[in-house]
Amino acid sequence: MKRLVFLAPLALFLVVAVYFAVGLTRDPRAIPSALIDRPVPDFSLPSIEGAEGGLETADLKGEVQLVNVWASWCIPCRVEHPVLMRIAAEGGVPIHGINYKDKAADATAYLKEHGNPYAGLGADRDGRVGIEWGVYGVPETYVVDREGRIRYRHVGPIMPQDLETTILPILRELKG
Amino acid sequence: MIPELGHYALVLALFLAIVQSVLPLAGASRGVSAWMDVAGPAAIGQFTLILLAFLALMQAYVVSDFTVLNVVQNSHSLKPMLYKVTGVWGNHEGSMLLWVLILALFGAAVAAGGRNLPPTLRARVLAVQGMVGVGFLLFILATSNPFVRVDPPPFDGNDLNPLLQDPGLAFHPPFLYLGYVGFSVAFAFAVAALIEGRVDPAWARWVRPWTLAAWSSLTVGIALGSWWAYYELGWGGWWFWDPVENASFMPWLAGTALLHSAIVVEKRDALKSWTILLAILTFALSLVGTFLVRSGVLTSVHAFAVDPERGVFILALLVLATGGSLLLYALRAPALKLGGLFAPVSREGALVLNNLLLSTATATVFLGTLYPLFLDAVGGGKVSVGPPFFNATFVPLMVPLVAALAVGPMLAWKRGDLAGALGRLKLAAVLTAACVLAALWWHTGGPVLALVGVAMAAWAFFGALTEFAERIRLFRAPLAESLRRAAGLPRSAWGTTIAHAGLGIAIAGMTGSAAWIEERVVLLRPGGTVELAGYELRFDGVEQGQGANYSTTRGTFTVTRDGRPVTTLHPEERWYPVARMGTTEAAIHTTWYSDLYLVLASAPGEDAGRDAAGGDGPDHVVRAYHHPLVPWIWLGAGVMALGGAISLSDRRLRIGAPSARRRLAVP
Repeated sequence: MKRLVFLAPLALFLVVAVYFAVGLTRDPRAIPSALIDRPVPDFSLPSIEGAEGGLETADLKGEVQLVNVWASWCIPCRVEHPVLMRIAAEGGVPIHGINYKDKAADATAYLKEHGNPYAGLGADRDGRVGIEWGVYGVPETYVVDREGRIRYRHVGPIMPQDLETTILPILRELKG
Repeated sequence: MIPELGHYALVLALFLAIVQSVLPLAGASRGVSAWMDVAGPAAIGQFTLILLAFLALMQAYVVSDFTVLNVVQNSHSLKPMLYKVTGVWGNHEGSMLLWVLILALFGAAVAAGGRNLPPTLRARVLAVQGMVGVGFLLFILATSNPFVRVDPPPFDGNDLNPLLQDPGLAFHPPFLYLGYVGFSVAFAFAVAALIEGRVDPAWARWVRPWTLAAWSSLTVGIALGSWWAYYELGWGGWWFWDPVENASFMPWLAGTALLHSAIVVEKRDALKSWTILLAILTFALSLVGTFLVRSGVLTSVHAFAVDPERGVFILALLVLATGGSLLLYALRAPALKLGGLFAPVSREGALVLNNLLLSTATATVFLGTLYPLFLDAVGGGKVSVGPPFFNATFVPLMVPLVAALAVGPMLAWKRGDLAGALGRLKLAAVLTAACVLAALWWHTGGPVLALVGVAMAAWAFFGALTEFAERIRLFRAPLAESLRRAAGLPRSAWGTTIAHAGLGIAIAGMTGSAAWIEERVVLLRPGGTVELAGYELRFDGVEQGQGANYSTTRGTFTVTRDGRPVTTLHPEERWYPVARMGTTEAAIHTTWYSDLYLVLASAPGEDAGRDAAGGDGPDHVVRAYHHPLVPWIWLGAGVMALGGAISLSDRRLRIGAPSARRRLAVP
C-alpha cells in the first residue's frame, strides 16, 4: 500500500504525458465557429470611401461565395493575397471582402498595389461587424452557401495547399 | 569557417556529455575513483565547448554574417548592436543554445565548487547533469541547428521581431533560463540521492544554495518579463495568465516550496522524500514550460516560434527525465528513513502548510493552463481559460499563505507557541489595520477585495519586520545591543526578512493595479488636453523621426498638476519596415508611488476625424492610465530576489570555500 503512494506521482505524470502527446497532434489554432450552418449575421457596411452600399447581408445570398476579412496592416493578409487573386481570376466564386479596422487611404493603396480580388467590399472601421461574425483575428475566410448560411471558417491566411485540400472541395460540394 | 567551428564544438560537447553521464555513474557504483574523477573535467570541458559554440553564433550576429540562416531570419545589418548581441537568443535555435550553455555553466559550477561533496555524490550529480545535457544537445543538433548556412546568401536579413528589440526583454531570457535550468542542479542532487539511497541534512545544505540561486534568478526573469509586457505591449497590463507566463510561474511556485521544505530537511532531518519529490517536480515543470513554449500545443500571445516536430522531441526528453526520475523515486523513496517528529503547531508545521498551499497553487495554475489541451484531447472542444479562473482559484490560496507567512518564522522548531507568536505580532496587526483604514480613506468606492489585498501586503511586510525586530530584540535591549545582534544574525535570517517584506511590497503593487487603475481613452488633436487623476496632459503635437531600423511618430505631452509643470512625456508609435511590424512605445512617468502611462496611436480613420471637426490636423487616439502602486510590483520582486541573494551569501552555504568545514557540514 505504501509503495502505491510513491508510485502515484509517476502514474499521474504518465497520464499528463499522454495528454501532451495527443495535444501535439491537435492544432490549437483550428477554432470552430459558433456560426457554422447558421445564416450570416445581419449587417450593413459602407464602402471603403465611406459611401452607402458597401456590403450587407442581402449581398451574400443567391450563390456560393467566400467572405474574406482582411486589413492593410495585416502581414498574413499579404501572404494570402495572391491566392485570393487566383480564385478571383479563375472565377467560379465571388469573394466579398470585409476591410477590418483599417484606414481608407491605406486600404485603397493596398488594393492598388496588390490588386483587387473582391466582388464587393465593406469597411468595418470599428470592428463591430467583426464581432457579429465572431472574427478572431485577420485574415479569416468564410464559405457562404446559396441560402446565405456560413458553412466553413478558415482562420489565418489561405495557403495554396489549404485551397486545394479544403476550400475548393467544399466549394465544389456546395455547388453540387 | 567560424560557424562550422561552432557546430563542431557543439558535437564535441555532446560526446563529452555522453562520457560525463556514463563513466562517473559506473565509477560511483563500482567504486572506481578514476572513473568518478572524469566527471569534473568533463563538465568543465563541456561548458567550454558550448561557450565556444555560443560565441561563434554571437560572432555571426555581430558581423551580420548572412550566410548563416539563423542570422538571416532574425537579424538585419541596421539593427542596433545591443539587439544584434541579444538577438542571439531572441529565436528558437539560439535560445536553446543559451539553455544548454546555462545548463553546462551550472554543471561546471558544481564541478568547480563542489569539491567538498562526497566523491560518489558529486560523480552522480554531475552524471545526471550530463544526461540532461546529452538530451538537449541532441535536440539542438537534430532539430534546431543554429549554424545552418544559406547559399546564395541574401543581401540583408529579415530583422528581429520588433517587440523583442527592447532592453527589458533582451535580458529576460538569460535570467529566466538561469532559474529554469538552475533547478536542474536540485534535480540532479535529488536523483543522485535516490541512487545513493541517503538523504540527510548535509544533502539539504548542499542543495539549498543552488535552489536559492535558481529561485532568485527566476524571480528576476519573471519580473523582467512582466515589466516588458507592461510597458511594451501598450495596454498597461502586467500579467495575463498566459500559458507562456504560467510556464515560468509554475517552476517558481514549486521552487519556492522546495526552498522552504529544504529548510526542514536541513534543520530537522524531516520531510525528506517530499523534498526529493519537489526537487524532481520543480525541474519537471521547467521542462514542461520549455515544452509548452517550444511546441506550440497551446496558443499564446508570446508564442513567437513554434514547431510541433520539435515538440515531439522535447516531449520525449520530458518523459525520459521526469518519468525516469519518478520511477526511481517510486522504487527508492519508500526506503528513506523517516526523520524528526514535530507537533502541528511548530516551525516545521508552518513550513508544511506553506508547502501544501504552494503545491496546491502550482496544481491550480497547471490545471488552468493545460485544461484547454486536456479538453481538446478528449474531444471536448476548444476553450480558453482566462484570468477569471486564476483570480478565483489562485488568489484565495494566497490569503492563508500570507497570513501564515508572518506567523511561521515566529514559531519554535518541534513545538511552537501559537498564542505567544500572535501576541508578538500585535504591533504588525495594528499597523495592518491602519493601512486598511488609510486605503479606505484614500480610495473610497474601490472594490472590497482591494482591502483584503492591502491587508495581505501590510501583514506580510510588517510581519517580516516584526520577526526581525524580535530577533535583534529591538526596543527591548539597548540600541547598540540590537545593532550588534543584527550584525551577528546569519545572512539567511536577513534573507528571509527581506524576501518576505519584498513579497508584501509586490502584493501592494498587484492590489493597486487591480483595484484603483484609472483609464481615459480620448481622441485628441494638437492643443487638446485630457485630465486624469489630478494631472492635466496637454498634447503639443507629433513629429516624425527616424531610428536605426525604424521610423517613428513621436508625440509630445506636457504634464501639469494644479498648474505646476510635472514632466514632458513622449509616447511613440514605431514602424519597422523590414519586419513590417509596428510597435507602440508607452511613455511612463513614475513617482515610485504610481505610474502615469501614456500610449499614442494614429486615429483609426483620419478622414473620419477631419470630417467631424474640420480642424487643423489629424486626430490621435490617446490612452492615458494612472496606475497607483504598480511600480511596487517590480520593486517588490527585486527586493525578493535580493533577499534570496543575501541568503545565498550565508557562510554555511558558501561552497567552494576552504575545505576546513568539510567535517562540520555533517552533524
